[in-house]
Amino acid sequence: MADNALTAPLRSPLSQAADRLATATRASGGAIRLAELPFLTQINLRLDAKGAAAAAVGLALDLQLPLQPNTTVRAGELTALWLGPDEWLLVGPPGTERDLEGRIREAAGDEFVSVIDVSAQRTTLLVTGPRARDLLAHGCPLDLHPRAFGPGRCAQTTLGRTQVVLVARDDPRAGFWVLVRSTFAGYLADWLLDAATEYV
Amino acid sequence: MLLIPCPWCGPRDEAEFHYGGQAHVPYPEDPASLSDEEWARYLFFRDNPKGPFAERWTHASGCRRWFNAVRDTSTNEILTVYRAGEERPVTSEPRPAVPARPAFEDEALSGPTGVQGAEPPGGVEGAEPLQDGTGRGGGDETQLFRHATRGRIHRDTPLTFTFDGTAYQGYRGDTLASALLANGVIQAGTSIKLGRPRGIFSAGVEEPNAVVQIEEPFPEPMLPATTVELYDGLVASSLPGQGRLATDPDPARYDAVHAHCDLLIVGGGPAGLAAAAAAAHSGARVILADDRPELGGSLLGTGEHLDWVQDVTGRLDAAPEVRVLRRTTVFGYYDDNHLLAVERRTNHLGADAPENVSRERVWRIRARRVVLATGAHERSLAFADNDRPGVMLAASARSYANRHGVLPGRHAVVFTTNDSAYAAALDLAQAGLAIGAIVDTRPEPGEWAEHARAAGIEVLPGHAVTGTEGGDARLTAVTVAPYGESVGRREFAADLLLVSGGWNPVAHLFSQSGGKLRYDDTLGSFVPDTTRQAVEVVGSASGALDPATVLAQGAAAGARAVEAEGYTAEAPRLPEVAEQPRPTPPMHVYVVPGDSDAPRFVDLQRDVTVDDLARATGAGLRSVEHTKRYTTAGTANDQGKTSGVLASGVVAELLGVDISALGTTTFRPPYTPVSFAALAGRDRGTLSDPVRTTALHEWHVAHGALFENVGQWKRPWYYPQDGEDMAAAVLRECRAAREGVAFMDASTLGKIDVQGPDAGVFLDRLYTNVMSTLKVGMIRYGVMCRPDGMVFDDGTVIRVARDRFLVTTTTGNAAAVLDWMEEWLQTEWPELKVHCTSVTEQWATVALVGPKSREVLASLAPQLAVANDDFPFMAWRETTVAGIGARVCRISFSGELAFEINVSPWQGLALWEAVYEAGAPYGITPYGTETMHVLRAEKGYPIIGQDTDGTVTPQDLGMNWVVSKKKADFIGKRSHARADTARPDRKHLVGLLPEDPDTFLPEGTHLVSESVLPAPPVPMLGHVTSSYRSAALGRTFALALIKGGRDRIGQRLYAPVGDRLVPVTVASPVLYDPEGARRDG
Repeated sequence: MADNALTAPLRSPLSQAADRLATATRASGGAIRLAELPFLTQINLRLDAKGAAAAAVGLALDLQLPLQPNTTVRAGELTALWLGPDEWLLVGPPGTERDLEGRIREAAGDEFVSVIDVSAQRTTLLVTGPRARDLLAHGCPLDLHPRAFGPGRCAQTTLGRTQVVLVARDDPRAGFWVLVRSTFAGYLADWLLDAATEYV
Repeated sequence: MLLIPCPWCGPRDEAEFHYGGQAHVPYPEDPASLSDEEWARYLFFRDNPKGPFAERWTHASGCRRWFNAVRDTSTNEILTVYRAGEERPVTSEPRPAVPARPAFEDEALSGPTGVQGAEPPGGVEGAEPLQDGTGRGGGDETQLFRHATRGRIHRDTPLTFTFDGTAYQGYRGDTLASALLANGVIQAGTSIKLGRPRGIFSAGVEEPNAVVQIEEPFPEPMLPATTVELYDGLVASSLPGQGRLATDPDPARYDAVHAHCDLLIVGGGPAGLAAAAAAAHSGARVILADDRPELGGSLLGTGEHLDWVQDVTGRLDAAPEVRVLRRTTVFGYYDDNHLLAVERRTNHLGADAPENVSRERVWRIRARRVVLATGAHERSLAFADNDRPGVMLAASARSYANRHGVLPGRHAVVFTTNDSAYAAALDLAQAGLAIGAIVDTRPEPGEWAEHARAAGIEVLPGHAVTGTEGGDARLTAVTVAPYGESVGRREFAADLLLVSGGWNPVAHLFSQSGGKLRYDDTLGSFVPDTTRQAVEVVGSASGALDPATVLAQGAAAGARAVEAEGYTAEAPRLPEVAEQPRPTPPMHVYVVPGDSDAPRFVDLQRDVTVDDLARATGAGLRSVEHTKRYTTAGTANDQGKTSGVLASGVVAELLGVDISALGTTTFRPPYTPVSFAALAGRDRGTLSDPVRTTALHEWHVAHGALFENVGQWKRPWYYPQDGEDMAAAVLRECRAAREGVAFMDASTLGKIDVQGPDAGVFLDRLYTNVMSTLKVGMIRYGVMCRPDGMVFDDGTVIRVARDRFLVTTTTGNAAAVLDWMEEWLQTEWPELKVHCTSVTEQWATVALVGPKSREVLASLAPQLAVANDDFPFMAWRETTVAGIGARVCRISFSGELAFEINVSPWQGLALWEAVYEAGAPYGITPYGTETMHVLRAEKGYPIIGQDTDGTVTPQDLGMNWVVSKKKADFIGKRSHARADTARPDRKHLVGLLPEDPDTFLPEGTHLVSESVLPAPPVPMLGHVTSSYRSAALGRTFALALIKGGRDRIGQRLYAPVGDRLVPVTVASPVLYDPEGARRDG
């Protein structure tokens, strides 16, 4: 990302859907909560999981990168999602991308490591509430039963007709994060609101 | 849907993967050393074995890893998967075909003895009379066929409905068919070809006759009245064959759910309930699906063990991991235990259905194990005039009495070949139906017959029904004669003829699962044999008809299934089954002998008779698949549920072969018809396909843009002003770009971050030109080819840092290019230290175009030196534009001075609005894809996928300059030296100028050399790929692919447009500013 002077207010991909998501949340009487979590820092990290860089980066972030496929590791405000055997997505609070990228590059030194700010590539939808699993099951082919997709699980899969990264937050009450490509976010919000019709 | 085990992510649906062709076909080490033939062998030839085949797959919607799989091409079974670079393992054996039930159970199986759960007959003593119209039992006085006490209907909830214009009363719990029968209406349609009156024939999904049109609340055609639950205000009419679709859009909602379970049980009859009871409290996840409103299956029809049904149902509903799906038909059984079901959720509520609840829901169920307890359908017999209203399957009549409290007639004759009809007859007699006689084809019907005689019913052993009499509305008489004889006839007055020709296991789903059927000589029908999937078949679906066996099979299968998944089953309480009369084997009868000329129907819904099948065999057809297509038997929307095995039996008799040798026709999904609306679910209208929009979309909408669909993107097409048509708007937008300044949203281009010490080497192998020599801060245009040398994609490459490039792709190819890069990296060049990551949405891109673009940019980016020397063509700069951090690239897709400003999409709209404001003094004009196309075409820049079609090389496009001569190899290089790609008469991209500057050539127009068309075949020289009106040229022009086109520049060719041959002149593709003078402003 280029050097942002941050003079213009930021607009998130679902800024125009915020009202509708809030209305559905209210109408569901607690069954479903839908909201965009905009501007989360997202860093795509590629490195050899067995190499020296993995340990160094883990130390620098105070977070062991998950090696088990489709799992997450959280340390404080930072969550690492397994995307592939040499690929992770680090998710943190808004505005921390430069700091995070810098720390990783410094820790990696001359090792072959790729660090890419992809904070705007996807936006994050929070889907939680007692009916969250039922709602997602309308369009997600994965088994979302707590036995199969309990806290700390993540997966790249499809929801409706779009690809998502699905994260079961480590506190079950925290529900799911649905990370979706920004240009598909409007479609996915419409889809979720339509699927939620029965619960609101 | 296959379940493919990704070596990293585990089993996922096939839809998450892309196929990559044969594995272990390595890229040749030195393509240049290969002969054309050797190279063609690498390019074009692959193995195509039947059986295990090693192939490449990528988990495209998941971890993006390429891997190898060994798939059996004849069964689609994935035998093993392994990571890219690993040796092909010794292939594991395919799953063995196992019996649909363990063999040890068959030994304990007693032979079929009668209909499910039939109680020992108790005679007619105490038989309750038919309701006599006095209103006893709360019945409406018009429901003269309503039984006073029997049935599971809700007599406190009367419902009004209309059939064929007449209003009737029924009760909640009725089907449309049972309510009609209660009102004395049995005729429910006329046949499709012969127009013969037809009556309600069955009590379930197998119904061939009573297929009705629903009119209110929403029109729906061809529903079996036997499955339509009655609701208040239902309006229906009888059909002669096919129905009528609604002309208004269906206002109801439809949706889908994915479900996963350890055990799916299909069918909630005695076997299915026993299986569920065994599994319910094991902790395993169980789904029980049943197509009726209440569980119980055949027990509801016989009225037996209902306390047990209620007890099990209560336990299932209370079990936390058990999901009971009522009104749910499992209609398809696919690979890897993937089953589809449709749940009818609000159909039975009529106009009271809540708007926010889906009317029907498709369940996509992935089950570790399946138990099929789908029951059996009673088979009919082919005798003369066997289609009159009043002819009904025997067990169905019993079911009407016990489920709905309806007796379908008053005086019945029973015609059977087996024991099962006796139980029905005895129960119906007890309910008050007068049974004139039981006509049994068997000479010695045994103990059941003795029970019937003891109940005062006449039994005629060794007899058959040889004909029927009646009017349109109903049967009046039945003729009976000794089996196979024409003397000794007797006539019985009757308004009901109950028929049982035996039982057909409902093996549809088992067969769809890939299971094989075998002929069962005891049953006279086809039963499940072996299968490769994790499925068991229990109860009458497996051919077992004895109630105790049915229950025991179900409980054992349910227990086995959950124990195989690591849970502990329990031995469920099963109902005590009373002692049954000793069984007598059934007689296998299909065509009833007789000398009548009257038609003997096999398929009632298609009006196919024994004579029709005889014509088919007479014409030489020897297979039931052929006679089915010749006669249409079994092709109606009941799919021959009551007629399929009967047709096989008839054809076997006609051919003089054994039915076991003939087999059945294939069972295909869906088991029962499913509406398109249900299958579409919520994928309708705006949700039918994702709509991708950029961060600037709302501005385009607010400024009146019309949109073009580019893949899933909505891109502004043009921005009409003040009633402009498209031509006027595009000419105005083009003029602004060429003469002043214009801007467009270019955010949709694909962007891929390529990082790593070998990034330059990697890109050199992918692109036809050299990328590794690009300096940091500079940009290069590049073309990618497939190994066959044909253009695959193009775009610019930015060198961001020594080890980092940003590659742009065409809008539609972004995902394909990334897949392509990953495939080469992971499968062929794993030694390269490179990572590729999509960053398409990380940037919003504004293209600022035109001679005044530099002034506009300068006003917004005061820190940026914008002069040509400071910021040359094909350079990029990091700066601040309108206060927003930006990467500005000096590239042009129009030939004009132009800049592309890339910023965070979170600030994209702010940038766009700032550019609009800063450009206002220069008359800045937003433009869309159409203007972009015109501007690039005037310069001869091709669009991949429009001017190319996968058969075009860079050389064909006149782009030799982009193909490196220095590189030892790149993908496609060897193919450029093939004789075929070096031909002089290949199609070249050229310009075309119609001689009349106002004549517009439609895209796709062919080109010929002669002014008068010769006799066909006319030699075609090529076709128009792009065609526009140009403001700059003041005329129309086109791009075309033409054989030897570059050698024809200046020649006149002809374009057939309608009935005219339009003369055109071949020109250079670069028609505007060929010197490139405008690029630097």
